[in-house]
Amino acid sequence: MSTTALTGAPLLAVRDLSVAFDRGRRRVLHQVSFDIAPGQRLGLIGESGSGKSLTALAVMGLLPDSAEVTGSVRWRGAELLGQGERALARLRGSELAMIFQEPMTALDPTMKVGRQVAEVRRLHRSAEPGRVRPLVLAMLSSVGLPDPVRIADSFPHQLSGGQRQRVVTAMALVNSPDLLICDEPTTALDVTVQARVLALIDQALTREQAACLFISHDLAVVAQVCSNVLVMLDGRVVDGGPVDRLFRAPEHPYTAGLVATARLDLVEPGSRLPVIGDFYASGAAGPQ
Amino acid sequence: MTSIPSDRAEPGVYEVRDVTRIFGHGDRRVEGVAGVSLTVHSGERYGVVGESGSGKSTLIRMLAALDRPSSGRIEFQGRSIGELPDARLGFLRSAVQLVFQDPRSSLNPRMKVADIVTEPLRSRLLRGRTDVPTDRSRRLAEVLDAVGLPASAARRYPHEFSGGQRQRIAIARALAPNPQVLIADEPVSALDVSVRAQVLNLLNDLVRDAQLTLIFVSHDLTVVRHICDTVAVMQAGRIVESGPTAQVYARPQADYTRRLLASIPTLPS
Repeated sequence: MSTTALTGAPLLAVRDLSVAFDRGRRRVLHQVSFDIAPGQRLGLIGESGSGKSLTALAVMGLLPDSAEVTGSVRWRGAELLGQGERALARLRGSELAMIFQEPMTALDPTMKVGRQVAEVRRLHRSAEPGRVRPLVLAMLSSVGLPDPVRIADSFPHQLSGGQRQRVVTAMALVNSPDLLICDEPTTALDVTVQARVLALIDQALTREQAACLFISHDLAVVAQVCSNVLVMLDGRVVDGGPVDRLFRAPEHPYTAGLVATARLDLVEPGSRLPVIGDFYASGAAGPQ
Repeated sequence: MTSIPSDRAEPGVYEVRDVTRIFGHGDRRVEGVAGVSLTVHSGERYGVVGESGSGKSTLIRMLAALDRPSSGRIEFQGRSIGELPDARLGFLRSAVQLVFQDPRSSLNPRMKVADIVTEPLRSRLLRGRTDVPTDRSRRLAEVLDAVGLPASAARRYPHEFSGGQRQRIAIARALAPNPQVLIADEPVSALDVSVRAQVLNLLNDLVRDAQLTLIFVSHDLTVVRHICDTVAVMQAGRIVESGPTAQVYARPQADYTRRLLASIPTLPS
C-alpha cells in the first residue's frame, strides 16, 4: 500500500518488510510496505501486539540479532537492511531520530540532561567548540522547558515525566532530523501534559519540515499529528489512507471497529459500548 | 442511568469530612489530600478524576482503609474507619472491594485463578461473616460466569490470559465476597481501546445487576462520563469541582476542569 501524498521521491520506502523469530518459525511481521515523502506525517495505529513498534524498530535496525528481517527499507534510495551497525548509527540521531514512550529508557540516569543533548549533537557534527551549550539551551527552550539552564543542569530523576519527554524530544530534534519516529510518545503522560507535548512535536515538525512516523494506540492522538494513517493487525497492514477519510468513514470492518471503540463521546452514557467484535470477527473467539 | 439527587437527607455509604493526608515533614511536607469532603450514596457511581499527583489514589486508599488520614473523618455506613485497627475492619473488608489498574501486578503469578478468586473468602478477617459466601467452589463458578470467563479458567495461571481477561479475573476476585462497594482505580487504563470497551460494558452490567455502589478513579474524563453519574475533579489534593457528570462535562465551572476537557484529543467528526 503506497501512501505517498506528496510529489517527489520518498524519503523512506519500505517494501515487504517481514520479521521472524525462532529461526523463521514465528513470523511476527508480514510484508509491510509504505512510503514516507519528505515532510509527510504517517500514523501507525493498531492494538498492542499488532506490530507497530516492531515496524519502527526494524526500520531503525534496532531489532536483536535473533530477528530475521527480510524485504527492503530504503532511505533516500539506499538500502538499510543488511547495513552494518556503524553505518546505521551514523543515520540514527542525525537524519533519523526516535522518541520512545518511556523517556527514562532513552536517558542516562548518571548524566545531566544538558550534556546528554549536547552529546547527541557532538556525535554527529564535527567539533563546534563553545557553540554547543547555547544550542542545547535554545533547543530545551524550544520544546517548552521554561528554565533551560536549570533543566540542563538537572539529572533525569530530578525532572517530571513531562519534562523528561520534552528533553528526549529536544535530543531527537537537536540535529534537525529529516524523519522523526515517535513510538507512543505521550502514552505515559497526563492528558494536559500530553496536549502540550503533542503541540510541541507538531510545531517542531513544521519548523524543521521533518517527516514523521507516529505510532500510537490512540486514534485521536494520531489524528492530531498525522495526515495519513496505516492500520495494523496481527503483524500486517490491513488498511490505510488519509486521516480524515479513514476516521470519518472507515470502510475496512476492523478500522470501523477501532474507530467505534474510540468514540466514547458518541455513545449515550451508561449504554453499551461498541466493541470491535461488532464490526470485525477476529480469529480469536471469546472475550478478551 | 439512575439520577441521584445530591440533596437527599439519608446518610451516604461514605461520608468524608475535611480529610487531609500529609506525607513527609519539614521541607518535604506534602499534602497528598487536602481538606476533602464528599458523600457517596448507596447505588451511586462516583467518579474521581485527576492527573498524576492529584491525590485521587491516596483518597481511595483511605476510603479502603489501606491508608489513614492525618486529620478529618471518614465514615463508612455510619462507622468511623479512620482510626480503627485492622483487626476491627472486617466489616469494611468484606463490603468494599478493589480493582486496580494493572492486573499483571495485582494478581499473584504463582496462584491458580481458582485460588486468586476465592482468596478473599478464605481471609481470616472475612471468614465467618454472614454477608460472605461460604460455599467457595459455588461462589467461584458464579463469579467466573459473571465476568464472562469459562469455568476451565479456574485451573489456569494468570499469565495464560490476555490483559483484558486478567482484569476480568481481578473483577471476579473483587466480586467474590459479595461486596456492596466496588472501588476501581484506573481499571481500564492499561487496556487497548477494544478491550477497554468490553471491560467497561462488563463493569456497567455488574454494577447494575448486583446494585453495587461504584467508586471509579480515572485520569480519563470520557471514561468517567460514560460510567459515572457523579464526578469529583481533583487537583493538587483538593476537589476543585464536583457534581452530576453530565453537568460537569457540559458546563465545567473550574478553570482546571475546563483545561482538562480541552486537553482531551478528539477524532475528526
